[in-house]
Parts: sequence; C-alpha cells; structure tokens
Amino acid sequence: MVGVMSFPRTTIGKKVIMAVTGLIWIGFVAGHMFGNLKMYLGAEHFNAYAEGLRTFGEPFLAYGQALWLVRIIIILAVVLHIWAAVTLKMRNLQARPVRYSKHRKLHADAASLSMIYGGVAILLFVLYHLAHFTWGLSAVHPDFRPTDPYHNVIVGFQNRLATGIYLIGLVALALHLYHGTWSMFQTVGLNNKSYDKLLRGLAWLVAIIIPLGFVTVPLGVILGILS
Amino acid sequence: MKLHLKIWRQKNAQDPGGFVDYDLDGVSPDSSFLEMLDLLNEELIAKGQEPVAFDHDCREGICGMCSLMINGVPHGQDREPIKQITACQLHMRHFRDGETVVIEPWRARAFPVIKDLIVDRSAFDRIIQAGGYISVSTGSAPEANAIPIGKKDADKAMDAAACIGCGACVAACPNASAMLFVGAKVAQLSYLPQGQIERYDRVVNMVNAMDAEGFGGCTNTGECEAACPKEISLDFIARMNSELIKANLKGGR
Ligand code: HEM
Ligand code: FES
Repeated sequence: MVGVMSFPRTTIGKKVIMAVTGLIWIGFVAGHMFGNLKMYLGAEHFNAYAEGLRTFGEPFLAYGQALWLVRIIIILAVVLHIWAAVTLKMRNLQARPVRYSKHRKLHADAASLSMIYGGVAILLFVLYHLAHFTWGLSAVHPDFRPTDPYHNVIVGFQNRLATGIYLIGLVALALHLYHGTWSMFQTVGLNNKSYDKLLRGLAWLVAIIIPLGFVTVPLGVILGILS
Repeated sequence: MKLHLKIWRQKNAQDPGGFVDYDLDGVSPDSSFLEMLDLLNEELIAKGQEPVAFDHDCREGICGMCSLMINGVPHGQDREPIKQITACQLHMRHFRDGETVVIEPWRARAFPVIKDLIVDRSAFDRIIQAGGYISVSTGSAPEANAIPIGKKDADKAMDAAACIGCGACVAACPNASAMLFVGAKVAQLSYLPQGQIERYDRVVNMVNAMDAEGFGGCTNTGECEAACPKEISLDFIARMNSELIKANLKGGR
C-alpha cells in the first residue's frame, strides 16, 4: 500500500517525519539563538526585539499573530517528532527480546546512541525554559516582569542552578544536533559517500555554533559582561 | 593453543537456553574459527555429548550461512587485520592462547533461534519474495550487449549485489534493523534497466515486508556497515529511503 496514510506508518516514513520536523526545529533554534545575541545590544534593543516579534507583520497581521503562527508550527513539529521517536524506540526495544551477553560497538558514536535520551532531556529543558522565561512561574523565576525580558534574563541567570540547567540542556542539544544534522540527510536519501565528509562537517558546525551562541548569554551574565 | 569457550546452547525455539563453558586444547593457530568448532564437536561426540549446532556451508566467505556473534562482534571480524570477513574466514591465529571466547547466535525477534547458534533467517527470504526480483519469462539467455548499462550504475548495482544475506547487519544493529540488507536489495535492482518496471512497487512491498517481520528501525548509527563482511555501504539505505519517498510521491503509479 502506498500513499499519505501508509507512509507515516513505515519505519522509514517515521524517520522522514523526524528529519523534516527536526529541520524545522533546527531553523527555529538557529533563529532563536541569533535573536538572543541582541542581549549584547542592551536592554532597549533586546526588549524592542521581543516586542517586534509580536508586532511583526502589522497591519496585515494582528498583534501576536506572526508569533503564534511560528509557535503552532513548532508545536506541531515537536509533537510529530516525539510521536515518531517514541513509537520507533518502542519498536526497536521489541526487536531484540533476548539481549547479547556481549555486544561491542564498531562504529556508532555516543551522539547516535543517545538520541532518544538527549531528546527527552531537550524536551524537559524546553518545559523548564518556558516556565523560566515565557510563563515566568514564581517557583522558577524570582522576579519576573512580563514587559521587561532583558531584566528577566539577567536576574534569571544570576542563579547558579538555573545556569547549570541551561548548560546541561545545551550539551544535550549539541549532541542531538551533531547526529541529527547528518542523519536527516541520510534519512531523506540525500547522503552518499562523496557527500558524507561535507555533511559531517556541516553537522559539526551546526552542533557547535548554535549551542555556543546560546551559551554566551548565561556566561555573559555570570562573568558580568551583561548586567 | 588452548581456548576457554562460552557457547550459547539452546535445544529448540521454546528452550530458554544458556551459556555452557568448554575448555578446548590442541587448537591449531592455522585453523579457521569453524574448524575450531569442528574440533570441539568431535570431542563432544567422542564423549557422547550433543555437538554444538552452527550454520555453515561454503566456508569460503560467499554463501552467507555462517552467523556467529564472537566476543560481541558479528563474525568476530574486528580481529583480522583485513576486516569485513565472515566467521568462516576468521583464523585462530588472531586469538590469544588461553583466551575466553564468547559465542552467541544472532539476536533479533525476526531471527528466532532454531538450535544453539543456528537462527531462522527465513524473514530475509520473505522480504525477497515481496519484491527482490524482476518478473520476466525465463527462456534462452538473451544477448548480453542488447541492454546497455552505464558503468557507474553497473558498479553500484554490483556493489549492492555483493550482499550475501548473512544477517550480520541485523546482528550488529542496536535496533536489530534489517535496513542494510533491504537497502542493498532494493538499490541493486533500482540501478538496472531490468529493475525499472517494478521499481516503485518493489520498494514499497519490500519495506512493508521488512516492517511486518518485526525488525527495528534505522537510527543511522553505522554499526551495520562496519560489521558487514561484504562492505555494503550505508549509501544503499539512503538510496532505499529516497526510493520509498519517490514511490509515495508518485502515489503508486
Ligand atoms: C530543539 C529540538 C530538537 C531538534 C532541533 C531536533 C532535531 C533532530 C533531527 C534533525 C533529527 C534527525 C532526524 C533523522 O535522523 O532523520 C532528530 C532525530 C531524533 N530526535 Fe530530535 N530534535 C529535537 C528535539 C527532540 C525531542 C524533544 C525528542 C524526544 C523526546 C527527540 C528525539 C529524537 C530521536 C529519538 C531522534 C532519532 C535519532 C536517531 O534516528 O538515531 N528530538 N532530531
Ligand atoms: S560458510 Fe559460507 S560464508 Fe561462511
């Protein structure tokens, strides 16, 4: 059977869904990281950027519509990504009911073997991050002001525990991006031995640049560069 | 040389099975791994015990019957200076005197143990039956040059056709996935003019058959390629993926 309804049920179709939704998220995290760097331009700039995300597209779009459009796309993408990840993982666990007493890895790297665990870590981190800077729950943020994101970031990262959680989240993201960026080309059939080195290089770049960009903000606060 | 063997013994598919230890002396470093097992079996038979059942046929690395997980590696091939060999081509000179060697069957839900180290790999046959063929009337051999095939395509098809269907890819994969085997079989015919007619039905039917057998999915770890005695490339998995995507875009036409 072929067609829109049967493809997503195959083991390969699910991986293709993960590749496409993963790519959407790579685009999102790249844009998000770039936006965060505006912290270095000062409170006025950063807060204007945050407001700009909501007024984007006016007068064609109403206040907040563009932002919500992006949010809906990434929420749908992450739901599909997790659905495929979890159903495949359950299948993979069942595929070897009796385990080896000894099983040596010949090639696989830590990133490729830890995707589901790293993914769960990223998911938990995203929820924490939303509670921290988007919802501003008083349990996680000591002094949240809805209209002053610059202030929220500075105060948020003055807490060592919060900064530690961000560092862990970013390590998980780096590993996930390293395997994921290369893997998505392989999954959609765009990889072969003559592109392999190039795509591995691209994966390194993505896995280093995005988390590195993100980490400059909490580090900047801790080192007193941002205040 | 002397060896301490830990071998998986299992009477039949229902028996839970377990490891049994054997001490084997007088193994020639020049013997192959399977000859070492022959020696053990002769001793067991002389003692009136049940010999260890293991699959083998050609013993020259071309049939794909031998299927042993040796110290956690399919075909034990990380030992030979030349990697990518079958267990029948592995030699005892690469083991240390007195070494403990753990021998297990391939482990996958789709490859149930028949006895001891022998697993049932007919799941592969059913995948081939689902599409790994071309439908032509047989008859007298046609003129070989009647159908020109580009050199690059011919090379790729030959590389894919090197697969002997031993199942080391499934054995090595952390998910017991059969993607490398199915990828090679799908890719092989996709490069050739004879394979074009059933091209898109083939990939859909073979992938469905693969999934129905209970193999795991691919997480692109590359373990299969590293364990394949015939150096089948991950490129063929990518090829199968793009074939399946194209088949679905065409909606079965
Ligand atoms: C920032 C968020 C995320 C990004 C950018 C991302 C990106 C990606 C990409 C590009 C892939 C490769 C797809 C492929 O192999 O074709 C992937 C795979 C995967 N992701 Fe994510 N992902 C994210 C979040 C998550 C979450 C929240 C989970 C699970 C709870 C998850 C679990 C997985 C798993 C299990 C795989 C498959 C890995 C494999 O095949 O070995 N990811 N991800
Ligand atoms: S016995 Fe034929 S390949 Fe090993």
